[in-house]
Amino acid sequence: MVTVSVEGLSVALGRREVVSAVSARFHGGELVGIIGPNGAGKSTLVRAMLGLVPAQTGSVSIDGVAVGRMAARDRARTLAYLPQGQTLHWPLDVERLVSLGRLPHLAPLSRIGADDRAAVAEAMARADVGHLAHRIATELSGGERARVMLARALAVGAQGLVVDEPLAALDPGHQIDVMELLAREAHAGALVVTVLHDLTMAARYCDRLILMDQGCVVAEGAPAAVLTAETLRGVYGISAKVDLSGTAPMVVPLERIR
Amino acid sequence: MSAASIEVHRTRHPALLPLLVVLVVVAVLASLGLGAVPLAPARIVAAAMGEGDAITRTILFELRLPRALVGLMVGAMLGLAGAVLQGYLRNPLAEPSVLGASNSAALGAVAAIYFGFAEWHAAALPALAILTGLAALLLLFALAGRSESPLTLILAGIAVSTLAGAGISLSLNLSPNPFAAMEITTWLLGSIENRSSQHVLIALPCVVAGIALLLVDGRALDALALGEDGARSLGFDLGRVRLRVLLGVAIGVGGAVAVSGSIGFIGLIVPHLVRPLTDRSPSSILIPSMLGGAALLTFADVLVRLIPTSSELKLGVVTAFLGVPVFLVHLLRERRLW
Repeated sequence: MVTVSVEGLSVALGRREVVSAVSARFHGGELVGIIGPNGAGKSTLVRAMLGLVPAQTGSVSIDGVAVGRMAARDRARTLAYLPQGQTLHWPLDVERLVSLGRLPHLAPLSRIGADDRAAVAEAMARADVGHLAHRIATELSGGERARVMLARALAVGAQGLVVDEPLAALDPGHQIDVMELLAREAHAGALVVTVLHDLTMAARYCDRLILMDQGCVVAEGAPAAVLTAETLRGVYGISAKVDLSGTAPMVVPLERIR
Repeated sequence: MSAASIEVHRTRHPALLPLLVVLVVVAVLASLGLGAVPLAPARIVAAAMGEGDAITRTILFELRLPRALVGLMVGAMLGLAGAVLQGYLRNPLAEPSVLGASNSAALGAVAAIYFGFAEWHAAALPALAILTGLAALLLLFALAGRSESPLTLILAGIAVSTLAGAGISLSLNLSPNPFAAMEITTWLLGSIENRSSQHVLIALPCVVAGIALLLVDGRALDALALGEDGARSLGFDLGRVRLRVLLGVAIGVGGAVAVSGSIGFIGLIVPHLVRPLTDRSPSSILIPSMLGGAALLTFADVLVRLIPTSSELKLGVVTAFLGVPVFLVHLLRERRLW
């Protein structure tokens, strides 16, 4: 199982410090949700975890190795990443798209092998998109496309999966599909970190939440500890009805306060 | 939507590469055989064996063969450069001439002639063409930034291309005599008429280097289909990819333009023609675009010889007419008319 530790991490985009002195540890087997208002630094934090943006100060290490020192292919095989926005620039068919996840495993000039094909088929089965294999990915519905992009990330076969806003523009049914898929991966031993906006989904599926505001971690812990009426008021500026008891936790935003 | 529910199995059509190889061979034979003096295949074979009459051998080895080789090299280079630029910029309208690289390289070539550098050393002209091509690409990438919008890139390309065109026009305007002006016009319109083995030797190392630099990054181009973060998260060093693409296009297209002038649209047309016969991934169109570019440019060059006009048509004029329909198709698709 993989462990990612972030220590005293600050990241600047241009001149603006977007992530300020964040420390956090992520272990295999847990589903961690990163929540917070727009512009809180969530996406930048996960991008820094993957070494996609350099740290200003502090460090990110994967299993004790600084992310900047790892060979890019090794890092790619350890942590898979699904950026926000479901970007796909060419009308590939689903199977071809999912097989892009095998790129970190291919030796130069070698062709995609039997084990790669098996990994692609398995990833498609886990994301329940096997029946879409020969459809054109750019022509799928939003919900189908979200699962296909997740299958692409799963095909990497990494121990860690970092997903940025996987629920954007999905209907409730597809939101549940995606969250259950992420939870299954985590409980099978993977480290799954996901940026989320839906607080009810975060409360229901995540083992641990990290609440960010203005680049800093404001609260961290079990959903019940993080999602309180006071923290929501302080961070989001909303009043909310919070009921985290029982099997159907709920966070219903009521009105804007400030 | 019936279109969305159609199941397709998108792989490279098994006949694509053999078909392109046949097209290249046919194009070369046509280029060797057709012209002011038609040569029957039997005469070509006889001359190639060292038999036949001296006139046939002269026509074949000193006129037709260098012209055919230059056509193949320039076409292959432009086709591959178009395919790589489209993949790298994730933009189906990217292409050396649309982005201003061809015109800029032509400006370097014209400057070499105008200021007399070309007379110092045979390598001065291609070297200057490569340098100005590289400068144009750097300017283009700086202007377009990291934008993935086709519009930004096309506008930046128009700016770079217009600037280079203005430079060429300026030298045309100031040219000391009509002969110099005619020569400069040739660079603008593009032609491979009257090429000699020396032109082959100028273009060959540049085109070989360009192709070698551009063929290695197919997988990175595939990964870029997922955007820059997606590609980097799959372990690709995009800084190095960018460097190889820049150098490959500048050296290859610079060397090609140094012997042919600015021939547009080959790199736009060919990837569009071959893409439907592949799985649509950027890597799968690289070699087909190279072969297709070689065949298309050679056929276009045969065409300019066959069309009866008072003075021979320039190659760039023909390819520009061929390129317009591709733009039209894109325009119609953008406007959802088709």
